[in-house]
Amino acid sequence: MSLRLQAQNLACERDDRWLFRGLDLDIRAGEIVRVEGPNGSGKTTLLKILSGQLADYEGELFWDERPMREARDAFLSNLLYMGHAPGIKAALTPLENLTWYQAMAGQSQDEASRYAALEDVGLAGFEDLPAGQLSAGQQRRVALARLVLTPRPLWVLDEPFTAIDRDGVAALEQRLFAHARRGGCVLVTTHHELTPCAELRRIRLGGGGLDAGN
Amino acid sequence: MPGTEGLLSEEAPVTFHGEPGGGLAVAFWATLKRDLVLLLRRRSEVMNPLVFFAIVITLFPIGISPDPQLLAAIAPGLLWVAALLAALLSLDSLFRADYDDGSLEQLLLTPQPLAVLALAKVTVHWLLTGLPLALMAPLLGIMLALPAGSYGVLAISLALGSASLSLIGAIGAALTVGLSRGGVLLSLLVLPLYIPVLIFGAGAVQAAIFGDGVMAHLAILGALLALALILAPLAIAASLRISING
Amino acid sequence: MWAFINKLRSPKWFYTISARLQPWFWAAALILIVVGTVWGLAFAPADYQQGNSFRIIYVHVPAAFLAQSIFVSMAISAVVFMVWKIKICDMAAAMMAPLGAAMTFIALFSGAVWGMPTWGTWWMWDARLTSMLILLFLYLGVIALRGAFTSRDSASRAASVLAMVGVINIPIIKYSVDWWYTLHQPATFTITGRAAMPLEMWLPLLIMVLGFYSFFIALTLTRTRSEILRREANKRWVRELAEEAP
Repeated sequence: MSLRLQAQNLACERDDRWLFRGLDLDIRAGEIVRVEGPNGSGKTTLLKILSGQLADYEGELFWDERPMREARDAFLSNLLYMGHAPGIKAALTPLENLTWYQAMAGQSQDEASRYAALEDVGLAGFEDLPAGQLSAGQQRRVALARLVLTPRPLWVLDEPFTAIDRDGVAALEQRLFAHARRGGCVLVTTHHELTPCAELRRIRLGGGGLDAGN
Repeated sequence: MPGTEGLLSEEAPVTFHGEPGGGLAVAFWATLKRDLVLLLRRRSEVMNPLVFFAIVITLFPIGISPDPQLLAAIAPGLLWVAALLAALLSLDSLFRADYDDGSLEQLLLTPQPLAVLALAKVTVHWLLTGLPLALMAPLLGIMLALPAGSYGVLAISLALGSASLSLIGAIGAALTVGLSRGGVLLSLLVLPLYIPVLIFGAGAVQAAIFGDGVMAHLAILGALLALALILAPLAIAASLRISING
Repeated sequence: MWAFINKLRSPKWFYTISARLQPWFWAAALILIVVGTVWGLAFAPADYQQGNSFRIIYVHVPAAFLAQSIFVSMAISAVVFMVWKIKICDMAAAMMAPLGAAMTFIALFSGAVWGMPTWGTWWMWDARLTSMLILLFLYLGVIALRGAFTSRDSASRAASVLAMVGVINIPIIKYSVDWWYTLHQPATFTITGRAAMPLEMWLPLLIMVLGFYSFFIALTLTRTRSEILRREANKRWVRELAEEAP
């Protein structure tokens, strides 16, 4: 078992427009891959394809050197995906939100770990407030608590820095680098400029995908 | 190279997971419980279909005639049609909130069969819409001078039938959740598919009034429910995957 | 079978083949419908009960046949599209839906016109007319759902799922409506059991039915061809085709 996500000759056509084509990717443990490109260049679509949400693509995907169609369940149990929307229920408290995520991840229901995860993202004292009463940045932090709560090797994060304050951004950046150093892998889109480091790799999309590649 | 203080404990290497082993029951119950809690915190959403049901039933004597004999003759059909519309009313919100706040895509990405998790959501819809409507129907039956002896059958047929309605309706809700104005379209898609349930549901109450075999109707309602239980979750799952791509 | 499905993947192949096929179907449709109409209206004997008004079956029955068959073909196309991702099938399904709705409407309209001399009223809640009306709603639902999406890919998939759900429900709806309306005429026309009608009456009817089917195939081919050109307008082979044309 090793962390390896490959894409061969990946192409995506949306309503007669090629978002990208001929994209080859090989993402391994210990990497932070930042997907870059102007608005509408297919960053989110690429992340959705690479996280197994969109089946509407050409080319082949491999997880752990097995075709994605066969390895889908194994892949999903190693994946943590966060989209544009944080996936937090406003009527539930942060603790209740995390309870659901913990159950969906097939983990034992452990309240102490949920408290610890919330404290880790700076939400100590907000555990029992309905999430709807928290600020947008705090709601995003509740979602980010999943990174601590449900350990998964592959993180796919679509604009995770949205609405987070400066301290939070620094902490999250640290968290991403730490995850890569521990042998995890991060696939991320962001407008925030990440501190350059050895683990960071860039993929550029844009211009109808004709210059796609890395 | 240890990071900042909070990260020290996380320096252990990441662990990999093989094929997911079980956990489906846990995920099913967690989803069921979460949706129940959510709906019970927004009680007006649970009450609205019931109030709608009562208001629609009030309209008929006003629009037609207060004559008890006339009302009694059409009461089974009226009660069933009004309950059916009330159940339809709340369907649009079944997946809408999850779609808007992003938890729907998280639901799609759990390593569990989506059809089963969708079934948990539909179960909640039935528990908080279909079942209360069924329990409330005999009360409104009294107001429509429904003949004695058919009240139990009315409640049972509605409880059984509304489960099918929730399942079939959820397909429509899943297909239209990505559309900004899905409400009317949802009714257009779903109502024709409701007709068999309506026929046997209202038929069961009629049969009870005339003293015919009620069991045949209820058995067919049960068969329709069994069929819907097998097929609808698959269609709902497929539809949700389409909508999330929209 | 496999070779055929793989060939269907190429719109260009379909475009070439259908160019050769469509004149034959148009010719067959024209000849059969003209022969059937003249024979049915002028030469077939009048019904001893209904007189000349029965002649409307030469439109009503083929339209009703086609209304159901088109929904089934639409659902089959939808399955092929969803399983093998063959876009031609989706284009064909998209083109079939309005034609199916039109045929259903013709069947309903002719049924109503036939109803006037037969029942003395334009509309009766007769089992077959009621089923046909529900079928029309199913068609309208599929058409409306396809139109509601901004992304054509999502529209195609959503309409396909609804067509499949609909085709599973059609027999259920039909049987429950028959149960609901147990006093209906036996089916007028079946290919195997033709005892009810003399040869001179049903032979022109058979010709009309075949003519309608040819018309359906011809029209679907032609419309799918223009849909291919529309959807593939920026593909190279279409551009080359446009340049070759005088």
